[in-house]
Parts: sequence; structure tokens; C-alpha cells
Amino acid sequence: MPVSYFLVLSSLLFSIGIYGVLARENAVLVLLSIELMLNAVNINFVAFAALFKQPGIAGQVFALFVIAVAAAEVGVGLAIVILIFRNRQDVDLDEMSLMKW
Amino acid sequence: MEWFQNGWGLSLTTFLPMVGVVAMLFIPSSQDRLIKLIGTLFAGLTLLAGIGLLFGFHYGSAGTLQLGSNLDWIPQIGSRYHIGVDGISLPLLELSVLVCFLCMIYLWWHVPAPGKTKALLSLVLLLETGMNGSFVALDLILFFVFWELVLVPMYFMIGIWGGPRRQYAAVKFFLYTLFGSIFMLLGFLAIYFKSGATTFDMVALRASAAQGALGSSLFQNLTFLGLFLGFAIKVPMWPFHTWLPDAHTEAPTVGSVLLAAILLKMGTYGFIRIAIPLLPQAAHDYAPVIGILAVIAIIYGALCCYAQSDLKRLIAFSSVGHMGFVMLGISTLTPQGINGAIFGMVAHGLITGMLFFLVGSIHERYHTREIADLGGVLQQIPRFGSLLTYTAIASLGLPGLAGFWGEMLALLGAYRPAIGLSPTLFRILMVGAGVGTVLTAGYFLWMLQRVNLGRIPEKFADGSHIFDVQRLEWLAWTPLLLLIIGAGLYPKLILNVTNDAVQALVLHVGAALHAGSTLALH
Amino acid sequence: MNGLQLAAAVTTKRGFVIDFMWLVPLLPFLAFFTILFFGKKLRSRGHSIGILAVGAGLVISLIGFAELASGNAQIERSWTWFRISTVHLEFGMNYDFLTALMFVVVTTVSLLVQVYSTGYMHDDSRYTWFYAALSLFTASMLFLVIANNLLQMLVGWEGVGVCSYFLIGHYWEEKENSSAAIKAFITTRVGDVGFMFGIFALFIAGHTFNIIRLNHEAQNGQLKGSLLTVAALLLFCGAAGKSAQFPLHVWLPDAMAGPTPVSALIHAATMVVAGVYLVARMFLVFTHAGAALNVVAIIASITMLGAALLALVQDDIKRVLAYSTISQLAYMMAALGVGAYTAGIFHLFTHAFFKALLFLGAGSLIHSVHSNNMSDMGGLRKYMPHTFRTFIIGSLALGGIFPLAGFFSKDEILGEALRSASAGTASTAWIVFIAGTVTAFLTALYMTRACIKTFWGEYRGEGHPHESPGSMITPLWILAILTMTVGLLGFPVIGPFKDWINVPGQESPGFSALYNVILPVGSVALAGLAVWLGYMLFYKKRWQVDILAGPFAWTYRLLVNKYYMDDLYNKGIVKPVQYTLAKAAYWSNQNILDGAVNGVAAGALGTANFTYDELDQKVVDYAVNGAAGLTGATGGLLRYIQGGNVQRYAAVLFAGIAIFIGLFALTSIVHI
Repeated sequence: MPVSYFLVLSSLLFSIGIYGVLARENAVLVLLSIELMLNAVNINFVAFAALFKQPGIAGQVFALFVIAVAAAEVGVGLAIVILIFRNRQDVDLDEMSLMKW
Repeated sequence: MEWFQNGWGLSLTTFLPMVGVVAMLFIPSSQDRLIKLIGTLFAGLTLLAGIGLLFGFHYGSAGTLQLGSNLDWIPQIGSRYHIGVDGISLPLLELSVLVCFLCMIYLWWHVPAPGKTKALLSLVLLLETGMNGSFVALDLILFFVFWELVLVPMYFMIGIWGGPRRQYAAVKFFLYTLFGSIFMLLGFLAIYFKSGATTFDMVALRASAAQGALGSSLFQNLTFLGLFLGFAIKVPMWPFHTWLPDAHTEAPTVGSVLLAAILLKMGTYGFIRIAIPLLPQAAHDYAPVIGILAVIAIIYGALCCYAQSDLKRLIAFSSVGHMGFVMLGISTLTPQGINGAIFGMVAHGLITGMLFFLVGSIHERYHTREIADLGGVLQQIPRFGSLLTYTAIASLGLPGLAGFWGEMLALLGAYRPAIGLSPTLFRILMVGAGVGTVLTAGYFLWMLQRVNLGRIPEKFADGSHIFDVQRLEWLAWTPLLLLIIGAGLYPKLILNVTNDAVQALVLHVGAALHAGSTLALH
Repeated sequence: MNGLQLAAAVTTKRGFVIDFMWLVPLLPFLAFFTILFFGKKLRSRGHSIGILAVGAGLVISLIGFAELASGNAQIERSWTWFRISTVHLEFGMNYDFLTALMFVVVTTVSLLVQVYSTGYMHDDSRYTWFYAALSLFTASMLFLVIANNLLQMLVGWEGVGVCSYFLIGHYWEEKENSSAAIKAFITTRVGDVGFMFGIFALFIAGHTFNIIRLNHEAQNGQLKGSLLTVAALLLFCGAAGKSAQFPLHVWLPDAMAGPTPVSALIHAATMVVAGVYLVARMFLVFTHAGAALNVVAIIASITMLGAALLALVQDDIKRVLAYSTISQLAYMMAALGVGAYTAGIFHLFTHAFFKALLFLGAGSLIHSVHSNNMSDMGGLRKYMPHTFRTFIIGSLALGGIFPLAGFFSKDEILGEALRSASAGTASTAWIVFIAGTVTAFLTALYMTRACIKTFWGEYRGEGHPHESPGSMITPLWILAILTMTVGLLGFPVIGPFKDWINVPGQESPGFSALYNVILPVGSVALAGLAVWLGYMLFYKKRWQVDILAGPFAWTYRLLVNKYYMDDLYNKGIVKPVQYTLAKAAYWSNQNILDGAVNGVAAGALGTANFTYDELDQKVVDYAVNGAAGLTGATGGLLRYIQGGNVQRYAAVLFAGIAIFIGLFALTSIVHI
């Protein structure tokens, strides 16, 4: 299978992710979209690793790292979201302007 | 004790008080007794170091600088940590360590309002480092640093613990002295560059001055003017004296004592240690001017004393007159005159220091220093009154007490000044100063009559709160009282130390003048 | 004390005590400290120590005198006091007949006065201090006398001056007493400054302070010319101050404010003769100093006459005696002035005893009457027989009646003056002789007046006068006996005094062997005339003269006002200096000198204010604030970018990435 298939899949997935991050108002969905983007990256890693057949499994290992980091990130992210929800009964990102000057 | 004589003793004497300041920082200010203990301890250790110097000093060669060290300090400009003492500075250094210690003892008895014992004691110790350093420094920059170091503690001492006009007096003191020292620094720099910009070392500069290498007489005269301003304001000479009465009147007792006993001596010491040896030609040219100003100060100071209603201000003005005698002695450029000047400095330190202690204690008892309000002190508190009489009589120059020899030798020097100075002028000055001694006797006796004698004024007649001399006062004063009569009966005590150094100085000036004139011929 | 130097003392025979004469001043000096610090704890309140010290001093002095008289040579010892450059000051003793004589006089009078004071001062609140001061005075006086050099002498000289100050002002609760003390100190100090300059002049010219060497140098011509004259006159300034000579005599009458024993000791017998002693000590300097000795003689002549006249009009008995003292001191000075060295010293010697006697007698009167004024006395011979008899003895001695002490000494002076005058050796001798004769007459007159006013007539005071206690009477009688006998030491031709006291370096006897018998007879007759005149005037009250209205009223006013000299000094010098000049100096200090300083400060402050208000705030700071404002405005515009919406940030981010990718793609295409 040509590598371009994987790349097309990954770019679709990444674009869906970007859309989700930018357009969704619910923070949980934004987090999920970020996961999509990370997984698109993972697909790239694995595809290129298989393509170049370098000695070792650096690409695959990187994918594992990304999965681990993603899990951690979601953990922290959800914790923040829950805290915000507790404080404001709402996780609508448009309403959140805490960083405004 | 080799280490002690290799400069450590002198450095200890200079910096132990500073260590005391650091130690003081670690004590909470609520620990009043502990603070006083630490202060007294360090002043006492410094005094011990000072006494150690007396044993380490080699009196046979009092004319040479001893006990010193000479280390790199700021090599980029050739300034070194060069310290040492000779017969000229040793008596003044000893006076300084003694008086500081006595002030510490006096502070046990009474800390002036607003308290803050820790701050006050730290300032006294800091002041001591500055004063001791000024007397031992042999490098112009080092001297200048110590000289300026003195200003700060005294400024705060007057500004915080002073009388009603303390702010004015403190600022005036600080700015006036600073004004002078800027010109002094300019003078130092001029000498530095003239000598080839290699060294600030007084010994080396003095050696080149001896060969007439330190510039033309115009250069010398201009430079001397700078130094003159710096030192004359500190002395203070007429007409630069007006900061003194204000500073004295407002300063707390220990401040006045230290100011009168030691700070003023830094000015006269500067003349003897720096201005005259480094610029001998100019010193010679300026001598008549200095002599005239000195005699004006004597008569003028005495006259002003008659017009005073505040006891402390009277003593302050008497200082102007007494320092006039010191300057007259210096201006003669004779061994008699300069020896007399140094004797006069020590004597004035002892006597006027004592007088300020007494005035401070009068204020503690009567809560006034107005001469018109006081009276009958001798009747009410006889011991105290006797001390006042004794010290006042010493101050008016009674033979057998310390005040006499300085005045006598200065007058003797003026009778026949150094070669090249006009004897006629100096004899006129001598007569003027002689009139001054009569005036001095007059105002002191008049002061005694109004304060000490007579009947007790009605408002003090009750007198239950007016107590005679306290134990701590005795402790702080006895050394001064004994030294006043000791130096009076046995003047050799001081003159033996100073003479060699003064002889060397006078010879140096003569040689430099000679070298200068032969250079001019070529 | 390094370098114990023994001056060569050529002696043929060495006594034992004569080496220890320094003990005599030392003992009272130690007594001073002992009394001062421990006196109050003693039962005697201090007097025992003082009396013991001076008593021991008297014994040593007498033995020392005897050793000298028995052939020991004069002794000089010295240690180095200090040495700077060429100035070598010694601390030494010079013991010769003159010193020995003064020692005997000082210790005797001091001892008697101290014994007397145990009675007179008994109830005084400052009894202990009184004795301490007396001891210090005695020590200083002896120190002055024993000094072998002028500077050391000056130390003792000022020492006695300050003791005199303390003791005159002993009753310092009253302002006039302390004022009198100040007046005494300052007036003598004026002279002392001259004295000090005289010492300088001699030192610079003669290279020594040593008295013997200076005299020697004057004698053999090393010191000469106008310098010597000026030096001698300057020394005389000091002498005139201490010995109350015109025009510095004004302090002595006021000094009577002190307790009477003090007046006897200090202001009659000892301290005031220090000036005479100084002239005698430096006699060769004076004799070789051109006109100096003539000045001494003339000043002395003016003083003796002027003071004797003043003594005639005083009511205060102590003041009568004070003016008499001035007059008699002038007698001694005048004697020295005409070269009658031995006669002058002899008068000093006898005068000390009879004047001390008179003062102590006056003290006894005052003690009993509680007033100094003769107008409060009268008829006291009945109440106080011992005082009466001794006082009369003293008065007769002072008046110069044979064979009392004053007769011999006064007679010698007049004789010497007459001899010099007729021989033409001293140009001022006639003046001295005439002034001396008139003064002798006046002396007898005023003493007659004083005696009549106190002892005869009716008692005019208050209370009941009584004879004084034994402690006071005994010294009176001892002095009276001495007054009757010491004159015999100088008995013409045979008295031993002339062998003791002589001009240094001169071998011939002090009194001329050519004794003129007419003169003493004449002078006694003159004194008798004066007594008779006084008797007629003041007792019989013949020739009642209204002194306030008669043709001599102005003379009376002049005398009562002491020739207006006090007013002259007070209004002409003291007050202007003390108030006007002082105020002017202080005004200039506060307004001109300090004004300049404050002016500089104010100018600096003004410039600073201008710089701040105008320059700094309106120009420099405007630029700074402008820069800040500009930044703020820019920031205000830019802040809209930051909406706080994370998603909008992310959109921008991704848009940016997209643009960069696009650009990248474009450029790579172009390159390809």
C-alpha cells in the first residue's frame, strides 16, 4: 500500500481535529479533538516508520510515547475542566475569558 | 606578639568597632542590656588593642611610621591599604579609643530620647572606625574613605537623637563638611597627577615633596587651597566655624563629646599629616594667613562666648577659640608650635570632651541649659559643681592642668616663627592670642559665677530629683579627670611621643623649601 | 623619670636637710589631696592635716635656713620636665637665702593662719574645702619660690592665682564676692600674659628659662639692649599684677571679700609679695635693663602715695589694711627700683609679720562685731584687750615706730634712696625718697585713724563684743612677738640680715655701713607728728572740716571713688567687651558668617526649586511623560487582539501555520 493512503487518512483526521478544536464550544469535545490530532500524528509516525524501514523501531516507540503523553494530557485537561465546571457550572469556552487583560 | 606589631594591631584597632557593628546586627533591638554589653565589649577591646599599641610602639624612633602594614588595595590607580602610626598620630589614636570607650560607659547611664539603643551604639562604633582609620591611614584615598565614613554616623546621631533643631544642624554639618572634602579630594587628585599618577601613598609623596618635585609654587598654592578648605572647615577655623555651634548645641551628649574630642582633631591632624608635608612651599606661603585666621578665631570665639545664653553653645564657641590656638601653633611651623598644637589637640579633647559630658549631665538634671535659669549648682550638688569648676579652670589654661602647655607652646612658637615668616606679624598675633587668654579666663569664670555659684534658683530649690554625680558618671569621667591633671603636671607624657615626629616634619619642610628654591634657581 | 640631672652644686659643707627642701612644697600639696578626698571623714574636718603639713614645712624651712646660715652654699637641682627641640624645660629647685627667707615667711604665716582659722572659720559650711585650698595655696606659693626657672615659677604663680580666686570667692553665695574673685583673677592674668611674653623674650634671647643663668647672662652682657628692657618691663607687668601696683592694683581692695585669714595669708603676707619676689629674683636682669628699673621706681612711687591716700578715707577696716598693703608693696618695689635690694627684701620680710598680725587682728574684731565697718566698732579696747594690744603693736610697726619691725626696714629703704639720690646713682631716687617720706607720714596717720575709730570712743555696733577664743589669740601674740623682734635682724650695722640677703654675685654687705643717724630720728619724729595729727583730728575732733563741702571736696570725692579707676575699667573695658563687643561679634557670627552659609544654602535651595518646578517638571519630565503616554496609547490599541478566547488564538495560530505552509509550498514549487 502506498504511503499516501496513510497520509491522506492522517490529514483528514488532523483536519477534523483542528475543526473540533476551533469550532467546538464544549471543552470536553475540544479535548477529544486534540486526541484526534494526536492520533493523526501517530498514524504518520507509524506509516513513515514502515516506509523507511530504518533499523530499530524509533517510529513505533514515538507513537507509544505520544499515546502516553496524550493520556496524561487528557487526564490533566479533564481535571481542569471538572474544576471549571464545579466553579462555574459550565464548560462553554466562549464564556471563558479568564486570560483576558 | 609579632603579629600584633606587623599591622594587625593597628588594623584591629581600626576595624574591631566595625566588627562590633556586625555583631550588633544579630541582636534583637529589644535586648537593651545585651546591646550595651556588646557595644562596651567592642569599644573595650578596641581600647585594649590601643593600649597594646602603646606597648608595641617603639618610642626611640617615634619619628618614623610604625606598627603598620602596606597591602594592595586598588592596584588600578595605585591606591594601597597603607596604615601606620608615628608620634603625631599615636596620641590622637589613643585619645579616640579612650573617649569612645568612655562614651559607651556613659551610654549605660543614659540613652537620649528617642532611645533606639542598638542604632545609637552601632553608630558610635561605626564612627570609631572612621576616626581611628583617619588617624592611621597613610594613603590619600584610604584617608578620604575614612574621613567621609565619619560623616554618616555623626549625621544620624545629630539628626535622630538631637535637640529641637536637629534636622537643620545635621544637614548643615553634613553638607558643610562634604563641601570642604570635595575640594580636599580635588587637591588629592591634583597631587596624584602631579606626582606622575602612580601613587596615593603619603610617604612616597612626602619623599618627592622633599626634593621639591611636587610642582611649582603656583600649583602648590592652588592645591593647598583645596586641602585648606577641607581641613579648615573640619577644624573649624574662622570663618568656616558656623556649623560647629549648631552641631554641638543640637547633638546628643555623646555626639558632642565625640565631635569636640576627636572629630575636630581630624582637621588639624590633616594639616600636620598631609597639607604641610606634601605642600611645604604652600604651607609656608599660607602660614601668615592661617596665623591671622587663628588669632581672629581666638578673640572672636571668646567674644561670642560672652554673648551666649545656652551653656552648651558657650562651650561650642570656646572650642573655636581653643582650636585657634592649635592652628596658631601649626602656622608657626616651628617644633614648639606644632608640638604645642598636638598637645593642645589632646588637651582640648580631654577637657572639652569632659565639659560636654558635664553640660549633658546638667541637662539631665535640670532639664535646661539656659545659663540664666541655672545657679547654685555647687551648693546643690557640690561634687558635680567641683568637677565643673575643675574642668572650666583647666579649659582656661591654668598651668599645672592640661590646657596650659598647648597654649604656652603655641605662643612661644609665635614669638619666633620659622625662618622666612615675619616675626613682627607673628608677635602681633602672639599678643592678640595673649589677649585671647585673658578673655577666655573671663568668660569661663563668668560662666562659673552664673551657673555654679550664687544661690539655688527657686524652681530647683526642692531639688529631690537633682542628684550628685552617679557611679557610672564617675566611671566614665575619672580617666579624663586624671589625664587632665596628669598631662598638666607631666607634659612629657605627650611631648615625649610627639617631639621626634614633629622634628622630622619641621626638618622635612625646611629641606623641601631649600630644594624648591634651588630648583627654581636652575 | 629618665635622666636625673644633678646640677653641679659647689659646696664646701653639706647639710642634711638642705637636700630635701623640695619636701616643703610637696607636703602641703599632698595635704591638699588628702584633705580634699578624706577631709570630711576626719574629726578635725581636715585642719589637722593642713596644719601638720605646713608645720613640718616650717621646721624643715628653719633647719634649711640654719644650714644655709651656717655656711652651706646655695643649692640648685633640676630634672628634665620635658624637652622639645631646643626647648628644655626643667623642674628644679633653687635654694638660696632668698628662697630660704621666703620659705620661713610663707610657712610661718601659713601655719599661724591655719591655726587661727580653726577658730575663725569654725562654723563655716565649707571648712574642709577651705583648708584644702589653703594647703594648695601654700604648696603653690612654695613651688613658685623654689622654682629654678621662670616657667616653673609661672606655674606656681598661676597656681597661687587660682587659689586666691577660690578663697576670695569663698562666700560665693553673694554675687559681689564671686565678682571680686573674678576681678582679682582677670586683673592679675592681664599682668601674667605680659609675664609670659617676658619669659619668651628672655628664653629666645638667652636660650634658657633658668633664673640663675639668665641673671648671669644679663650681667655679663649676653642679654642686652632694648630686648632686655622690653623683657624686664614685661616681667614687671606680671609683678605689677600680682603685687597690685598701679594701674593693676584695683583687684586687691576687692579681694577683701574673702575670709579675713585668707586676706592675711594671701593678700598681705605671701602671694602679693610674689611680684616683689620676681623682681628680686630677676634683679640683675632689671638692673641691666636700662630704664626698666626707673619705671619700676616711678610706678611704685605713684602706687605708694595713691594707695596711702585712699587708705585715709576707707570705713571698712580690711580695706584700710588692703590699701596699706598696696602702699607697702610699692615701698618694696620702690626699694628695688633704686637698687636697694636688701632693704626691699627686708621690708618684705618684716611686713609679712606685722601685716599678717594686723589682718588677723582685724579678723578678730570682725569675728566679734560681725561687721567690717569701723563705724560699727569703737571702744573695743575694753572688750578685747588682747586684740587691742597686738593690733596696736602691729600698727606701730606699720607706722615705723622704733624699735618695731617696720621701723628698721622702712628706715633702710629711705636711707638707701637718700644715699642713691645724693650720690646720683639712680635718677629716680629723689622721687622715691620724697614719695616714701610722705607715704610714711600718711601711713602713721591712717593707722592712727583706724585705731582710734576701732578701739577708742563708744561702741557703736550691735550685740555684745567679746574677746576671741585662744586659737585666734595665740597666733596674734606669736605674730606680735615676731613683729617686735624680727626687725632686730636688720639692726643697722650689726644685724645679720645684710649678710644673708644680697644682690646675687655681689660681695659687699647689703646695708651700707655708712649709717646716717639723722634720718631715723627724723622719720620717727615724722611718724610721731602724724600720730599727733591723727589724735587731734579723729579723737579730739579739733579742726572740724566739712569734707563734703569744703574746698577739698573734690579731693574727697576723688578718693572715695578710688580715682575713678574702677569705673574707667568697668565702663571702658569690661562692660564693652562683655556686652557690646561680644554682642556685636555674635551678631556678626549669626548674621554675616552664618548668614553667608545659610544664604548659600537658601540660594542652592532656590536654584533647586527653580530647576525642579520649571526645568525638570515642565521640560524634562514632559518628555518622559510623553514617551510613557505614547506607549500607553499604542498598548490601548493593541490590546484588542487579546480577546481571551483560546479558540480564537488557536485559529490565528493555525491560520498562520497554513499561510507559512502555503508560502513554503509556493517557494519550493518556484525553485523546482
